[in-house]
Amino acid sequence: MKEEKEVLVKVEGLSKKFCKDLKLSLWYGLKDLFSNFRGNTSERLLREKEFWAVKDVSFELRRGECLGLIGHNGAGKSTLLKILNGLIKPDAGKVTIKGKVGALIELGAGFNPILTGRENIYNNGAVLGFSRQEINKKLEEIIDFAEIREFIDMPVQNYSSGMKVRLGFAVAAQMEPDVLIIDEVLAVGDLGFALKCIKTIDRILPNTAILFVSHSMPMVSRICNQILLLNQGEAIFQGTNVSKAIDLYYSSFSSDNSNVLFDDESIQLEKVELLNVEGYERNIPQLKWRDEFKIHFIFKNINLNEIPKFSIFIFDKEQRPVALLEENQENTQIEIRNNRIEFILKHKEIQLSKGFYYLNLYVSQGRIEAPLLRINNVLVFQILHETDLWPSFLLNSEYESINGEINK
Amino acid sequence: MALETRIYQKESNVRPGKLFKESFRDIYNSRFLARQLAERDIKAQYRQSYLGIIWAFLTPLATAAVWVFLNLSGTIKITETGIPYPVYAFTGTLLWSIITEAINSPSGSTKSARGLLSKINFPKEALIVSGIYKLLFNSSIKILLLVAFVFLFGIGFHWSLLLLPIVILGAVLFGVTIGLFLTPIGMLYNDVSKIIGMGFSFLMYITPVVYSVPEQGIMRTIMEINPFTPIILTSRDLITGASPEYLTYYLIILALTVPLFVVALLSYRISIPIIVERSA
Repeated sequence: MKEEKEVLVKVEGLSKKFCKDLKLSLWYGLKDLFSNFRGNTSERLLREKEFWAVKDVSFELRRGECLGLIGHNGAGKSTLLKILNGLIKPDAGKVTIKGKVGALIELGAGFNPILTGRENIYNNGAVLGFSRQEINKKLEEIIDFAEIREFIDMPVQNYSSGMKVRLGFAVAAQMEPDVLIIDEVLAVGDLGFALKCIKTIDRILPNTAILFVSHSMPMVSRICNQILLLNQGEAIFQGTNVSKAIDLYYSSFSSDNSNVLFDDESIQLEKVELLNVEGYERNIPQLKWRDEFKIHFIFKNINLNEIPKFSIFIFDKEQRPVALLEENQENTQIEIRNNRIEFILKHKEIQLSKGFYYLNLYVSQGRIEAPLLRINNVLVFQILHETDLWPSFLLNSEYESINGEINK
Repeated sequence: MALETRIYQKESNVRPGKLFKESFRDIYNSRFLARQLAERDIKAQYRQSYLGIIWAFLTPLATAAVWVFLNLSGTIKITETGIPYPVYAFTGTLLWSIITEAINSPSGSTKSARGLLSKINFPKEALIVSGIYKLLFNSSIKILLLVAFVFLFGIGFHWSLLLLPIVILGAVLFGVTIGLFLTPIGMLYNDVSKIIGMGFSFLMYITPVVYSVPEQGIMRTIMEINPFTPIILTSRDLITGASPEYLTYYLIILALTVPLFVVALLSYRISIPIIVERSA
């Protein structure tokens, strides 16, 4: 049996309130300053214009685990991190953290723009808690890791933002924390940098408990093995089913309103409907995996003489294009009748994996494909299946046995 | 190996003994950070300036020069100071500038570190200590100038001059203590720094900075109560070799400053999370 590693972070019933009004907030701050000296033991209730930014959140995190903290902007993620990092105090509940805590909340903290990269390595290192000897020892490694040896004696104000972040991360990567708090920092920098970050995280993960805040779901699914989904300060999902949490996160963005990106007023979409659906949930049609995919389109023709080309793209919830439904050929059977263009688009067996998908419509004409109409998000649908998957397709497959007759 | 355990909850630790221990452990552990921050600021300040260090004493010099001119031209009449008036005025304004700089130091350091405070958990005491380093650096340059003046005006060397660093350290600590007490509220309301700025420009006139304590009258009473008086006068007396007139009061103030400094430091420590939450 695998040995359970020790709990490094324990959060019990954590709550934090904020005030919506600055003047009032400062006044409360003044009062809090004084009540602080009396030990602050009384229970806190909401005062006027206050709200709970984090409400009753609890979790435990062991060494080697990575908790992804996801949620909309303003869901309370950063507040939670600030409390865990000891920057601000909770209004209720308790946090117990064991070991050395490292925070990747801001890279390059303590940099002074007019000093050189080398000098700023010392500034940043000092802020992160290194001693001078430690930095001396790691200096070369940091410069190499940041890949900016050529510019190390140039003032940091002349660095590109990517270079600054590289340097900051190179210093931070030297930390050997027991608990690591990461907030969105990996979003900046180029692909090479992002890969480097992930590699570093992979390296330290076995010995560390990581708390990871991000809006990038691919990153979250890549790194985390548990998720805490926050909404308005409350945990609405908590557990190890990462895909389910991500699905929930996406479905909480109700983007069912389509938007017209281009329209030259020669054709108009009147109706789009998914046929033979299994059912609806919150008005979103549902299909089972491998069902027949049939969409009914009705367009109003305004001044076209021939049938244009219809391109229908499927996008996933990250707005990544997933597929294009084959376009109509020139010898198509669709006709213009009563100034209407009506057809059913069929795909025999849809093998998209479980989740939500969006259709984007693009209508064009002629050999130069002059655009006539472009609408994003004309339809949302959901594919039902029992397994959560990160890839967009679950392709129907068979495994044939060969029965030892390979060498005939 | 046992891991260090931190607990964060709404109740604040107000047991002075434990606070004191934690605070001083943090000061010790962050000694490199404090030095590094001071070094960073001093370097950056002078790298982007041609006159550099001259700015540190240009303002007090200018103020003193104005008073010297007023006195020499007979516009105002100043009571006999016992030493050449330029020396009196220059020592006064320079010492005064050291004290006011010290008072502004804690809130200045904290304000300029706002970005850091809201992102990274580091020993906040390092900000105060780095502020003191910067003060001592700036003050030591001012002292050199003072000593140069003393010799220039023929007052000459006195053994008491050797006590000067200690006296300056006392003045810095006195100022920093006052500043530390005001910092938490000053971080919330900008009004505080305005009041300090205005208050101290008035306070200078009831302190023997550019003129001595009058023989009698209401001004003498006010000046004798004013705790800044012994700080300025004792320092000046040591520089010029006179016997310190207000030594007892000075020693009382110094004896009070040390414990008050500790109290101010601890109150700063427990106020920081609230400052970060409300205004960083």
